[in-house]
Amino acid sequence: MRWLALAALVLLLALPAWLDSYAISVFILIFFYAFLGQAWNILGGYAGQLSAGHAAFVGIGAYASALLSAQAGLTPWLGMLVGGTLSAGLGTLVGYLGFRFGLRGFYFVLLTVAFAEVCRIVTLNTDAVGGALGYYITFTGNPRQFQFQDNRAYYYIALGLMLIATGVVAAMERRRFGAFLIAIREDEQACEALGVNTFRYKMLAMVVSSFLTGVGGTFYAFYLFSLQPNSVFGIPLSVEIIIRPIVGGAGTVLGPILGSFILSPLAEASRIYLGQGGWSGAHLVAYGLLLIAVVLFLPRGAYPALRRLWLRSAAR
Amino acid sequence: MAVGLTLIFGVMRVVNFAHGDMMVWGMYLAWLLATRAGIDPYVGFVVCAAALFVLGYLVQRVLVDRIVDAPHEMQILLMLGVALVLENSALVAFGPDPQRVRSPLRAATVWLGPVFVDVARLVTFALAMLLTLALYLFLTRTDLGRTMRAAADNLYGARVIGADVRRVYAVAFGIGAACVGAAGALVSPILPFQPAGGLGLSVASFNIVIIGGMGSLPGAFLGGLLVSVAESLGAVFLSPSMKELVSFSLLILILLVRPAGLFGRTVT
Amino acid sequence: MSAAPLLEVRGLGKRFGGLHAVRDLSFEMARGEVLGLIGPNGAGKTTVFNLLSGFLPQDTGEVRFEGRSITGLKPHAICALGLARTFQIVRPFPHLSVLENVRVGALARQPRMAEAAARARAVIEQVGLAAKAGQPAAGLTLADRKRLELARALATGPTLLLLDEVMAGLNPTEIQAILALVRSINEAGVSILLIEHNMRAVMTLSHRIVVLSFGEKIVDGAPAAVANDPRVIEAYLGEAYVPAAH
Repeated sequence: MRWLALAALVLLLALPAWLDSYAISVFILIFFYAFLGQAWNILGGYAGQLSAGHAAFVGIGAYASALLSAQAGLTPWLGMLVGGTLSAGLGTLVGYLGFRFGLRGFYFVLLTVAFAEVCRIVTLNTDAVGGALGYYITFTGNPRQFQFQDNRAYYYIALGLMLIATGVVAAMERRRFGAFLIAIREDEQACEALGVNTFRYKMLAMVVSSFLTGVGGTFYAFYLFSLQPNSVFGIPLSVEIIIRPIVGGAGTVLGPILGSFILSPLAEASRIYLGQGGWSGAHLVAYGLLLIAVVLFLPRGAYPALRRLWLRSAAR
Repeated sequence: MAVGLTLIFGVMRVVNFAHGDMMVWGMYLAWLLATRAGIDPYVGFVVCAAALFVLGYLVQRVLVDRIVDAPHEMQILLMLGVALVLENSALVAFGPDPQRVRSPLRAATVWLGPVFVDVARLVTFALAMLLTLALYLFLTRTDLGRTMRAAADNLYGARVIGADVRRVYAVAFGIGAACVGAAGALVSPILPFQPAGGLGLSVASFNIVIIGGMGSLPGAFLGGLLVSVAESLGAVFLSPSMKELVSFSLLILILLVRPAGLFGRTVT
Repeated sequence: MSAAPLLEVRGLGKRFGGLHAVRDLSFEMARGEVLGLIGPNGAGKTTVFNLLSGFLPQDTGEVRFEGRSITGLKPHAICALGLARTFQIVRPFPHLSVLENVRVGALARQPRMAEAAARARAVIEQVGLAAKAGQPAAGLTLADRKRLELARALATGPTLLLLDEVMAGLNPTEIQAILALVRSINEAGVSILLIEHNMRAVMTLSHRIVVLSFGEKIVDGAPAAVANDPRVIEAYLGEAYVPAAH
């Protein structure tokens, strides 16, 4: 397993040498969405607190670093951390309200959606940040401003983000924190009865998850150079974030990565082939069908299923 | 709308993201009937209700039924999937632009005391009241309706007395969807609609239902009243585009203050 | 410290709407004691457990554990003080193995995973589940799930253990085994407060018994005295119970 991971890492590091610019952009999407999925995985997959409003954290991180760069001249390399911190601030608020008032399951989902939508609508109506017209970043190509002429820089940054988040999740899983989150997902009250401060651990999961997602916002902003409230705070982005870990296997270290390797190329293909001529909703229809299929037939995701197959063939 | 949600909530405790999108489909069906077949929405709503009943029945029977015993999160994800399919298939089929159904009644207006009201609004209101009354009578006076309420109160008990719980659930889900579809058709001459509107409608109805207390019909009425008053006040004092903000803020407030509804029983 | 009782319940009360689930309940437990809490169905026994373990806020009264008030504390804080409980309807973490289940309890005391796992193994051994340590909890038989529930609570290192019907639904052989287990836990120094419907088991295990009826304490005394008390027989009359004197 360890050798396999190492081989995969070497391959991914060497890959850009052979890929054209377009293929690299597909890999960037794979890594970036795997990163966001991994961040969501901490809260949604491990702790079992479904958030359908993670786009809010991307949006806050994106706007924060973009505005700080343009208005205050702060390099996005630091703005990234500021954006993450602000997102973690919102995460703390949402988590505090949701967990303190005992909102579970569906009610928690509603709360996260409502906060994300409030962020979207406020941004849409704030002319100082571009309002409905969106906010645009001037391209300078200066690496100090998190801007690169060469796609490959973004490739390595996205890969790095994905590896860092995966490292965080892997470390968490081997420690008490992860064990508690899983126990909370399985049965929160029983967990509380065993002396676990469930509120505190859910809050921690929320803070880590929203911080990482907020950091991702900076990448979003300085990779796309354009921020549209409806895209960056919208429910479709939240769905993009959720669906990869769920398809790949929520609550597993490799699930979000596997999910992103399966889905991101498909999403890209559907954008190309179905994006024109009024088919713009088609890939979300496909996501919906996929979500239904996974819930019905593969409720724990693709990774655990693959692992079982692998172990069975290895035993033979 | 809220009545449809209350029914589903009350009977199954399966909360439903797809409701707003089902309503949007009701609107588009009414629009199709009006533009393709020349059927006025005030007649066509019956067809919409029937179509949505079948849809709701099938969703319950084919999808939800398989995972009733699965963790709650799975049901949430499932309904999220259904909502995505409904909303975006509407987007693919009808495009993103707002539509409105033209009804001849829309042009006519009457003086109602001191105010000037168009006939379409009156008819919509009257038919909605009528539907709600019919639903209320169905729930309280017929055997099937009583069984539904029994199944909502006590699943095990309903099984013991021999109710076909799966069928009851499916019918309840279907009726909930039908109400939503009919409501969609009825407001289609008044409100412009678009595929992306589903979420807003769902949230509005969550507000109504949660304020009103899940499972209580009178509560849903009062909730509807409160929410529309709050939203129109918001529209007066804020810019029109901020109206949505009011309903989402309201939702947050409601969630925090009283998850079981102002008039409902507490959830244990 | 040793002069104060281990557990002191004073005037505890809880109502649900118009119903007094528990009314003005007072009792004490000494260190090392096994106290049986019995009463007809609906007498409020499980409510008492929920109040003691912090899962329900009480309306009136106070609970003192090892001399300090624990009223108003959250369940996890109460458990951290050494008062652990089991649930009447067992609640294992279904997708986790037996070992992982018990380890969660051990982690509350031992932050390091390896040490917690070692402690969990020892407890699993103690309750007789060692052969099934690697199995997922969802696949266990009822008897084994009851053992698991017990093991998890035990892993938190309690000084007082609240056991809610750990014998319900088990066959006589399984009951004998659990009986011996509970006794050995007590002999190792853990005090036990026991809700149980199996009268023979309560009578043999308990040093003392408190009888609840309609939320109120009607009798508090030694097993033999309680079994022959006319008030107890009256309270149980609807259940056609004949006390097993021995």
